[in-house]
Amino acid sequence: MAGILVYALHDDEGNFNKNSLGAISEAAKLAGELGTEAAAVVVGEIADDACAGLGAYGAGKVYRAKSAPEGLAQPIVDVMAKVIEDEGFSYALFGGGLLGFEIGAGLTARLGAGVTMEVTEIKAQDGKLVAERPVLQDSAIVDVGYVGEPGIIIGRLNAFDVQERDGGSADVVDVDVELSEWSTKAKMVKRGEQRGEEVNIEDADILVGGGRGLGEADNFKLAEELAEALGGAVAATRAVVDAGWYPYSAQIGQTGKTVAPKLYLAAGISGAIQHKVGMQSSENILAINKDPNAPIFEFADLGVVGDLHKILPKLTEAVKAKKGG
Amino acid sequence: MKICCLVKEVPDAAVQKRIDPNTKRLDRSGEKNLNPFDTHGIEAAMQIREEGKADVDEIVAVTMGPESAVRALHKAVALGADRSVHLTDDALAGSDVCATGYALAKVLESEQPDLVLLGQQSDDGECYTIGAVVADHLKMPSLTQVIKIEADAEKLVCERQAEYGYDTVEVQLPAVISVGDAINEPRYPSLKAIMGAKKKPLETHATGDVGIEADRVGEQGSQTQVLAINPPPEKEAGEIIEDEDTTETVEKVVAWLDERKLL
Repeated sequence: MAGILVYALHDDEGNFNKNSLGAISEAAKLAGELGTEAAAVVVGEIADDACAGLGAYGAGKVYRAKSAPEGLAQPIVDVMAKVIEDEGFSYALFGGGLLGFEIGAGLTARLGAGVTMEVTEIKAQDGKLVAERPVLQDSAIVDVGYVGEPGIIIGRLNAFDVQERDGGSADVVDVDVELSEWSTKAKMVKRGEQRGEEVNIEDADILVGGGRGLGEADNFKLAEELAEALGGAVAATRAVVDAGWYPYSAQIGQTGKTVAPKLYLAAGISGAIQHKVGMQSSENILAINKDPNAPIFEFADLGVVGDLHKILPKLTEAVKAKKGG
Repeated sequence: MKICCLVKEVPDAAVQKRIDPNTKRLDRSGEKNLNPFDTHGIEAAMQIREEGKADVDEIVAVTMGPESAVRALHKAVALGADRSVHLTDDALAGSDVCATGYALAKVLESEQPDLVLLGQQSDDGECYTIGAVVADHLKMPSLTQVIKIEADAEKLVCERQAEYGYDTVEVQLPAVISVGDAINEPRYPSLKAIMGAKKKPLETHATGDVGIEADRVGEQGSQTQVLAINPPPEKEAGEIIEDEDTTETVEKVVAWLDERKLL
């Protein structure tokens, strides 16, 4: 069998990650074109039904390693390396996210396999997969092929859409894997801790996103006042969340939320790929940044080059006046 | 404890980057700099040393790259590394992630570090992966994108953001850790440190010196192949306003919002 193996990430309640389901859907589509099968790997005590349910996204088989822990990459490298070698998979595919990068990289070393990261599209060409990867701030797209098998493909966040199909139920196969000695030397102390208050940014039609360009935590009030005037909510970049300026629940991007509001107003956000992947589907993007070379201006519909400390308060007043009048 | 910091020379952020259509590799001519993410790795090593809960004997900067990459090592030493190691060999040119990770692991093996630190990504492309590739070759535990490290002689307690929030992970040494830029604010090197950097010990290795199998590196040893380079799909360029008169700027922005029925 020369199939495509996908890692299906889940949270502590056993809910599968949307990006993993997207990767399974994509693998099923590609497997159809290659005349092979898509399968998934699940670790931890996930019920038969839940595993079989991955068939609805196109997985023919689900390999379950009950004794391997979820949340850290290296035990999953052990599991996937064994399944790939025992069953002869040709490709391993990962949806976007931190663990996919780590597991894919680990497999690269373990199996001497080629890897492509940040992949946005995959095509079947002459019986092989070719990965499309944007590079250099998305200014070029390279087509990457694999010299041998297996090939490792790590998707960009939200690259693959979730597609359900009729009546699929996957066969569940338990696999017994002995973990490598070094895989047991990292231990999860606490997983998925939420920091800061809970805010809802996913339902807002208008979002004002704040980044490092705001200068300090206190300046988030400029973003909040503007958001209030516009009738929207405030979102944040990873940099300012990690710095403790704003709650984690407001974070957009690679390890945060994905949003697509009617208006995304980026205030002091450079527009690095890790942020872009979480908001690029917004209907209208307005960026204010003092650096004319900021990547955000490459994909903003309207860009304002200037000092946001001057612009935001005046814009808030003008929006209020316009709405009031 | 010996800490090795992996560093990389990357094109300066201000340089317009391009891919050479003939070699299908990044054109690396022009101004270069130490990968900014790696400066956070060196700073993390310095903070572990200064905190004193782990006894740090030595901080060694390690790089792989052409002759010019020596400058990245000098910068790393100016930032605090005690000495540096340069893996350089024409045979390495064109190495992909798989080949690069293998070669770096071999040079690290010759140093036997207790901790390997590196930036989570490089300015010129290979994001998030190298640390995990190196770790598996070295048979060490590994975490990437770490934003807080508490170190003692046996272990690290690390924090990072993963898919569902912040994870706290205990990692036994020896280990490979890649760090995010939120972990610290790298210090500026003193003039004295900059001047003295070239006098600190620097070892140069070719592939054979550290047992690298020639057929596993370079273009020949790589497992991926760039088949084509294409421009991205056309997107209509947005309008840009340079803010000179803020009142006028704001009027334009409000008109733009109004036109799109966003008010």
